[in-house]
Amino acid sequence: MRIGVVVFPDSNSDVDSLNALAVAGAEPVRLWHESPDLEGVSAVILPGGFSYGDYLRAGVIARFSPVMRGVSDFAARGGPVLGICNGFQVLAEARLVPGALLRNHSLRFAGKLVKIKPERLDSPFTKSGSGAAMRIPVAHGEGCYYLDEAGLDELERNGQVLWRYVREDGLPALDPDDPANPNGSLRAIAGVCNAAGNVAGLMPHPERMCEPILGRDDGLQIIASLVESARAWEAAR
Amino acid sequence: MSADPTGLTAEPAQPAEPAPLHRQLGLTDDEFEAVRAKLGRDPNHTELAMFSVMWSEHCSYKSSKPLLKTLPTRGQGMMAGPGDNAGVVRIGDGLAVAFKVESHNHPSAVEPYQGAATGVGGILRDIFTMGARPIAVFDALRFGDPTDPRTRHLVDGVVRGVGGYGNCVGVPTIGGELVFDPCYQGNPLVNVMAIGLLEERMLILAEAPGPGNYYVLFGSTTGRDGIGGASVLASATFADDDPNKRPTVQVGDPFAEKLLIEASLELIDRRLVEGIQDLGAAGITCATSESADKAGTGILLDLDAVPRREPGMEPWEVMISESQERMAATCRPENYEAVRDVCERWGIPIAVVGRVTADGDIHVIEGGIGPDGEPNPDARTIARVPAKALVSDAIVHYRLASPPARRRPAPAPGIPLTAQDGLPERGMDPAAVLVALLGSANLSSRRWVYEQYDSSVQSNTLEWPGHGAAVLRVKGTTMGLVASTDGNQTVGAMDPYLGAQLSVAEATRNISIMGARALGITNCLNYGNPERPEAFWQLQEAVRGMGDACRALDIPVTGGNVSLYNEYPGGAISPTPLIGVVGLLDDVALLVRPPFQAEGDCVILVGESAPGLAGSSYAAMAGLASEDAPPALDLEREAALQSFIREAIGRGLVASAQDVSGGGLAVAIAECAMWGGLGAQLRLGVSGSPAIELFGESPSRLALSCRPRHAAALELLARQFGLPSRILGTVGGERLQIELTGQGATGAAEDRGSRVADALDVSLADLRHAWDHGLARALGLEGES
Repeated sequence: MRIGVVVFPDSNSDVDSLNALAVAGAEPVRLWHESPDLEGVSAVILPGGFSYGDYLRAGVIARFSPVMRGVSDFAARGGPVLGICNGFQVLAEARLVPGALLRNHSLRFAGKLVKIKPERLDSPFTKSGSGAAMRIPVAHGEGCYYLDEAGLDELERNGQVLWRYVREDGLPALDPDDPANPNGSLRAIAGVCNAAGNVAGLMPHPERMCEPILGRDDGLQIIASLVESARAWEAAR
Repeated sequence: MSADPTGLTAEPAQPAEPAPLHRQLGLTDDEFEAVRAKLGRDPNHTELAMFSVMWSEHCSYKSSKPLLKTLPTRGQGMMAGPGDNAGVVRIGDGLAVAFKVESHNHPSAVEPYQGAATGVGGILRDIFTMGARPIAVFDALRFGDPTDPRTRHLVDGVVRGVGGYGNCVGVPTIGGELVFDPCYQGNPLVNVMAIGLLEERMLILAEAPGPGNYYVLFGSTTGRDGIGGASVLASATFADDDPNKRPTVQVGDPFAEKLLIEASLELIDRRLVEGIQDLGAAGITCATSESADKAGTGILLDLDAVPRREPGMEPWEVMISESQERMAATCRPENYEAVRDVCERWGIPIAVVGRVTADGDIHVIEGGIGPDGEPNPDARTIARVPAKALVSDAIVHYRLASPPARRRPAPAPGIPLTAQDGLPERGMDPAAVLVALLGSANLSSRRWVYEQYDSSVQSNTLEWPGHGAAVLRVKGTTMGLVASTDGNQTVGAMDPYLGAQLSVAEATRNISIMGARALGITNCLNYGNPERPEAFWQLQEAVRGMGDACRALDIPVTGGNVSLYNEYPGGAISPTPLIGVVGLLDDVALLVRPPFQAEGDCVILVGESAPGLAGSSYAAMAGLASEDAPPALDLEREAALQSFIREAIGRGLVASAQDVSGGGLAVAIAECAMWGGLGAQLRLGVSGSPAIELFGESPSRLALSCRPRHAAALELLARQFGLPSRILGTVGGERLQIELTGQGATGAAEDRGSRVADALDVSLADLRHAWDHGLARALGLEGES
């Protein structure tokens, strides 16, 4: 199963996505930002990093890159697209997923392990998971999920909230000052998907926690789901 | 006016004669004469500027070179060492590791964010310039009083700067230190170590071989930022808040650096360049002269071809600008097109700025180079200096060294003068002392710092920051790299020889206790003004101590950096030899960590304590006895201890291992307990003083835990290495309990009015609370964490 990882200038977690896809049994393909051609891949990851230096605002320039035309077309045709960290910011700037990522509530970069829990197990990005909370790293300065109240209500109604930050007791870390919510995201939202359900973004890095040697392989629940969905999408095409 | 032989009479007010140019540029009169002798004529302005930066302490090591020559620099598998941008050591499977530490002290004191950020950028360039992909950053930071607003401003800025750069370039920051000591009040230390991984075939040196080859610059453009950073900022004593020095601090762009990393490694991988060098201190002058000197060639440099970021720059400004994120390379003319394509694909400006020549000169012209490689007919020479004169044949100073009359700092005001008064050995509650130590500014958790860093990018981090040395796997192999930094300034202030030995011993012990073998050490020697005989004596003693320790432990010095002139109007810093060490673990499956592993495991102390509390965290808290001395170090015992623990781990006998260092045995065991979530019930025989047994920092000691069935084998193995050991007790429960026995233990309990035997008894929750919140409390950041 060939899955593309977009490489923008200043992507830095592309290697982690490539590595995780290989661990999950897929064939990773680098997709250079200057070409809209996705080389026939069956799913796309927009990786972490600081695309184009994150000048102006995280993700805002990447959104206009040639490869994003290809990604938008692919998404419109129902292809699975996962944006991780900076990739989530790019998807939000490109309006492929709802909401915006603001500066962390602490006004500091947050690099640590957090716990997130899937809200549903029937999405292309959670279907191979157990439903248990996962402990995976975050590493970002602008990850505070924001959307207006009405928008948040609608997201929840539609089941578009895929993951929330949870406390040790498993309950959502709704208080923006709770250390379990690393960036102060509204309603503890760690990741969302579009209305169609085939494009998702999340701030934590599942791709960096996919091998037991690294401490845990919790992130594989998400990466393996993506591989599975790529297979399903390819079969249906 | 000169009639007054005392020279004390104030001169009448008159327009001040401007100092001669060479002095303005930081060269002494003697050095100026030496320049004239090398050239056989007067240097012009540009040439003088070139000499001033290349003969600065920072670039030339003119004071330290004679000392550094005495260090052991040969070791197994070394591919590059001192004199190269970074040390490179083979690790097997066709792979090698590059590592180096460097200081950015003065820039960080002037502008903490940019100073620290460009410090990270500079050391990363030293690594990828060798053909290695950077895989880790360590930041070893030292500041003054944590409650002082200026210190807090510096800490905040430096931590943000390290993160702001490292996080963006995608290199994990996985370790380091944050130490507070009043001696750094006016002169903080920002030392940064970087580690890189390379295939052996990628190794490339910073040289410019092959006359006729192109000399190219790529990366950012050249501007006026950072002019004189090496000579003015890094090589002169520091005056507080000197606004004139602000423009000498460079501004970093990590995004440009990330692109440079990718482009440079691609150029090296495809063998498109013959040599490559980063532009750091002294900019183009340093890059051209060092790479020509190394290859025995010269370089014809056309200033008109250097891409600028601002108009109207003088030639000397272009020559010594320290604009960041720039690289220079030598390539064959037939490869240039491919080189340019690589740079263009990464969006990096590139220009051919010169030719390699055979005459050994750095020949700087304006007006262009013709197709024949010669200056155009109407070109004019701006400067012409033998590369050797700037580099290998640069001036060396044999400085005077003399020990200070008084080798120990006076006790701080208000602190009692005698040990007995200062050390509350009788009547103290040892648990309260332990909690206070764990919550102190220097021993508490550094979580507030490392959570501002990305420590997981690249998916190699096996041991995250916080619990001793950092561990990275080497993808595609069973190998792991274990790395640590350490520097002992408190003992160094009293005895710089011992301080340097202890720094090497502790840094290497940190990785041996995880089962790793040191590949080599890199060092950053932070000292005072070498023109002061006492400061130079400290440096001399430290180099001697470092050399002796490395010889005893059989570890080569693979490179390093000297930072002198760490002084400010209030005084000089304590001598601070910062040691960075990288070790190899053949099989990461054998990795042993400090936390206790299982209920019922046996706790064993290996090594024994020596008298002396001076230099310890306990002494800093309880007061320094005037006649006290730091505990001695026996290097043979240290070497045996490190061999023992590697052997014991290799045989699978050890469940957890921690070395006894800051805060002593009680803190070491408390860390094993807190981090493992398991308490312990121990008995500690005390022959002399409980403070020395519990909180003394005698080197060459380990606190181990093991399965009970392995205890006898461990003790036997220790004996075979000539090491004393004793079983202290058992892991388990929610409390740390250390019962003190023996003649030295009597008294404390009675004095407290207790009927229970002398004991340290505290819950893990209390220990963890103190340790977790200590740093934030010291920095006044309690609301944040």
